Amino acid sequence: MLSSKASCNSHGQDSSYFLGWQLYENNPFHEVENPTGIIQMGLAENQLSFDLVESWLRKNPDVMELKKGGESVFRELALFQDYHGLPTFKNELVEYMAKIRGNKVKFDPNNLVLAAGATSANETLIFCLADPGEAILLPTPYYPGFDRDLKWRTGVEIVPVHCWSSNGFRITMFALEEAYERAQKLNLKVKGVLITNPSNPLGTTMTKEELDHLITFAVAKNIHVISDEVFSGTVFDSPGFISILEAAMDRNLENTDVWSRIHIVYSLSKDLGLPGFRVGMIYSNNKTVVGASTKMSSFGLVSSQTQYLLTNVLASKRFTSKYMKENQKRLKKRKEMLVSGLKKSGIECLKSNAGLFCWVDMRHLLSSNTLEAETKLWNQMVCDVGLNISPGSSFHCSEPGWFRVCFANMSRGTLQVAMRRIKDFVERSNFMGRIKMNYQQNMSSLSRKLLSNWVRKLSSPDPNEHER
Amino acid sequence: MVAISKIATGNGHGEDSPYFDGWKAYETNPFHPIDRPDGVIQMGLAENQLCFNFIKKWVMEHPEASLCSAEGVNKFKETALFQDYHGMPEFREAVAKFMGKVRGGRVKFDPDRIVMSGGATGAHEMVAFCLADPGEAFLVPTPYYPGFDRDLSWRTGVELVPVVCESSNNFKITRAALEAAYEKAKEANLRVKGLLITNPSNPLGTILDQDTLKGIVKFINEKNIHLIGDEIYAATVFMEPEFVSISEIIEEVECNRDLIHIVYSLSKDMGFPGFRVGIVYSYNDAVVSCARKMSSFGLVSSQTQHLIAKMLSDDDFVDRFIVESKEQLLKRHKYFTLSLSQVGIGSLKSNAGLFIWMDLRKLLKEKTFDAEMDLWRVIINEVKLNVSPGSSFHCDEPGWFRVCFANMDDNTMEVALLRITTFMHKHNEAMVPRKLCRRASLKLSLSRRRDDFMSPNMMSPHSPIPQSPLVRART
Repeated sequence: MLSSKASCNSHGQDSSYFLGWQLYENNPFHEVENPTGIIQMGLAENQLSFDLVESWLRKNPDVMELKKGGESVFRELALFQDYHGLPTFKNELVEYMAKIRGNKVKFDPNNLVLAAGATSANETLIFCLADPGEAILLPTPYYPGFDRDLKWRTGVEIVPVHCWSSNGFRITMFALEEAYERAQKLNLKVKGVLITNPSNPLGTTMTKEELDHLITFAVAKNIHVISDEVFSGTVFDSPGFISILEAAMDRNLENTDVWSRIHIVYSLSKDLGLPGFRVGMIYSNNKTVVGASTKMSSFGLVSSQTQYLLTNVLASKRFTSKYMKENQKRLKKRKEMLVSGLKKSGIECLKSNAGLFCWVDMRHLLSSNTLEAETKLWNQMVCDVGLNISPGSSFHCSEPGWFRVCFANMSRGTLQVAMRRIKDFVERSNFMGRIKMNYQQNMSSLSRKLLSNWVRKLSSPDPNEHER
Repeated sequence: MVAISKIATGNGHGEDSPYFDGWKAYETNPFHPIDRPDGVIQMGLAENQLCFNFIKKWVMEHPEASLCSAEGVNKFKETALFQDYHGMPEFREAVAKFMGKVRGGRVKFDPDRIVMSGGATGAHEMVAFCLADPGEAFLVPTPYYPGFDRDLSWRTGVELVPVVCESSNNFKITRAALEAAYEKAKEANLRVKGLLITNPSNPLGTILDQDTLKGIVKFINEKNIHLIGDEIYAATVFMEPEFVSISEIIEEVECNRDLIHIVYSLSKDMGFPGFRVGIVYSYNDAVVSCARKMSSFGLVSSQTQHLIAKMLSDDDFVDRFIVESKEQLLKRHKYFTLSLSQVGIGSLKSNAGLFIWMDLRKLLKEKTFDAEMDLWRVIINEVKLNVSPGSSFHCDEPGWFRVCFANMDDNTMEVALLRITTFMHKHNEAMVPRKLCRRASLKLSLSRRRDDFMSPNMMSPHSPIPQSPLVRART
C-alpha cells in the first residue's frame, strides 16, 4: 500500500542511538522536578554559549523584529524564496567558515548552497554524486544519522571503513583499500568516501597524514571526498583543525581533477548551537554539483526570516571573534570536567581536542568482549544508572565497549550529578565483582551457581538507590 | 572525470520548461516604474502580495512573536535548540486551527496529524517518497503546476500520468478522463499508486464542485489508490461557490481514510513563500509516522514556527485576515478580468487562486503548440509581460496562458493592462471600444530601491529569483 521506503526501517530509528532518546523523553532528568530522571548525554548539542548570543540580540532588537534602519523588511523577507539564498547571508557564511579555518582557505559564496540543516545537505550531496545501488565508504565509528541521511531515500549503500582503537581509530590506507575491495566483492560501485572532521563520535581532528591518505586514495580511485565539517568550530585544543581543502591546497591540487571532487558540508547547529534554525550548507568547487544541489535545495530551503537574523549576527565581526574564543574555552573546560570525572571512576576517554562529546572506553566494564555485553551495559547505564549515553555499536564501531558521552548540552550541576552516578555504579560493580571473584575461587560449583543467581539479583539495584 | 549521479546530470529538475524561460526574460529586464518603465512585468509568479500591510501591522504590534522583547529573548535559547521533528505543539495547533477556519469551520484538523516540510515543494516530494516506489505512478489532471514534474518525480523516480481535461467542459475532471488515464498507465505497465488533485486549481483558478469531488473519492476507493489533495490555495477562494475540501467530503461519503492526504502551505494563502512552511496532513497513521521521520530533511525553522504559532493563534487577526484577503483578491480579479474582456480577451470563469487562465486561442495563427510558443514570444518580447504558456502546464490544447495578478501593486497592474490593450488594438483590425477602465490618475508610488541585503537586481515588484534558474541550469 505504501512505498517500500515507508515500510522498511532504513530510517534508522530502531537504532539504540534513538531508542535511548525515547527512554530519556519518557523520564527526563530535572534538577528540581525529576532529580531521579534520565540525564541526556546522547545529544550532541552546544548549550554553553547562549548567553553571548542573547546579549547580542538584546543590543540589536531591530534584527529580530525584522527591521532594517527602523523600517520593516517583513514583506521582502516573506517573499524571498530564491534558492540561491540571501547573497549577504552567504557572504557572511563564507567569511565565518574561513575564519574558523584561520583564513587558510578562502570560500566563494557562489559555490555555497544552503540546505535545511546538515541532514538535508548530506542527503542532497549523495543524490548528486551517486545513483541508487552505488556506494559511499564511511570510516567507523560514524554518526548513526548517516544511515538515514545517506541511504534511506537515495538508495545508496554505505560500506564501512574499519578503524580500530589500537591506533586511536585513525584512518589508514590499508583500511581504505580493504573497504574498497570489500565493496568490489559485493559488486558495489564506490562513488566516494565521506569523512567527519572533526570526528563524531571520536571528538578528534584528522591529522595531516590521514587527510593525505584520503586525498591520495580519492585520486587513485577517481572518487569523491565529502568532508562533513559541522564540528569545525568546536575545536578547543591543539592540534588545530585542518580542513580537507587546506590539505588539498598544500599539495597544490587546485587545478587538478580531484579539486572538483572535494565537497564540504557545514551547518550552524553545532558551533553556534542553533539546531532549531535548520541552517546547513554544501560547499563545492564542482559547478555541476553546485547547480544540481541548488535546484535540489528547493526541497529544504532556509527560512528567509532565519537567513536575515543570522546575516546580521555573523556580520558583527567583534561578536563572532569573541564568541569563537569564549565558546572554545568553555568547551575545553567542560570536556576536562567530564574526563577527570570519569577518570575518578577508573574510566578513560580517547584523547580529544574537539566536538561536544567524548569517546569513552568502558571495555573493562563489559562482562565479555561482545556486542551483547555492550548492549547489556548500555541498558544498565540508561535504565539503572539513568544516563542516556550512546553505545559504540550504534556508531558501527567494530569493537564493543566504547560509548559516546556528550557534555555540552547540560549545566555544570547536571554533569556533576552524572559523574556521581557513574562513580556509584562503578563502585557497586567493582564491589560485586570482587565478591564474585573471591567466592568463585573458594566455593564448589553448586554453591557457585546459587551465588551467581544471588549476585544477578543484587546487581540490578533499586533505581532510587543511586541518589544516596 | 568521474560521473556524478544521473539525477544530477539529467533534466528531471524540470527547469528547461518555458515556465522558467519566461522568468529569464524578466530577470534580464525587470520592470520598474521609474528606473525601467519598459522592462518586462512579471505575471508568471503566483504570489500573494495584496495583504502585506495588514500583516506587517500585526508583526510590528507583536514583537514577542519575533522573539525580541525582553521576555522574548529568553525564549531564544529554547527556540534555537528546538529541532524535534514533531514540531512545536503550539505551531501545529495554530496551523490546524487556521486550516479549519479557512474551511469555514466545517472541519476540524488534528494537530497530531500535522507534519512539517520544506514548503509544499518538500511536502509533495515527501508524500511521493512515502506512497510510491521508483517506477510507480501518480495520475495528475491537466493542466497542472509545472513544478510537479520536479517535486513528484525528480528524485523519487515516480512517473506522472496525465488525466486529460478539456476546455469543452471547462477542464472538468470526469470519470471518463480518470478511467482513460488509469488504463493508459496499465498499458504502459505502470502501477498507479495515487491521484493528485490541486483544489483550488493551479492554473485554472477554479474549485472542484461537490459532485466531482465525490466522484473522485469513489474512484480512488474503487481502485484502492491514494488521493493527495493539494489545497494550498484554499484561502484564496474569493467568490462563490464556496470551497469544499477533501476533508469535508470524506465525512459525507464512504471512504478508506488511509488513502487520504492533504498538502498545504502558507506560501499562497498568507503570502509567505520565503518562510518555507509546508504541511503534510494525512489520515493514515503509517504515513504520518513515516513522513514525520522524513521531515528531518526539511523542518520548518523553529524561529519561523514561533512566529507563525503566535500569529495564527490570534483569532481576531486570522478572522480579519481571511476576510481582507478575499476582498483584495476579489477586487483585483474583477478589475483585471473586466479590463481584459473589454479588449476582447476572455478567461476561464474562476473564483480562486492568484491568477487567471487566459484564453488566447483566437490569437493563434494555427491550432498548434508551435503557434502558442510564437505568440508567447511575442508577449514576452513585444508586449513585455511574462505570462506562462499552457503547454508548460501540460495543457492538452494550445492557446491558454496563466496570468498572475496578485503579485504586483495597482500601478504596475495599470501598466500591464495598458500594454495588453495597446497590443490588442494593434492586433485587431477592427475598432475596439475606447471605453477602457483607466484610473483617473496614475499615482506613481515610488517603490524604493531595496537595500543591498538583497541582490542588486531585486526591485519592486519583483520576482524573488534574481538570477534565472535557466542560467543555473546551463552551468
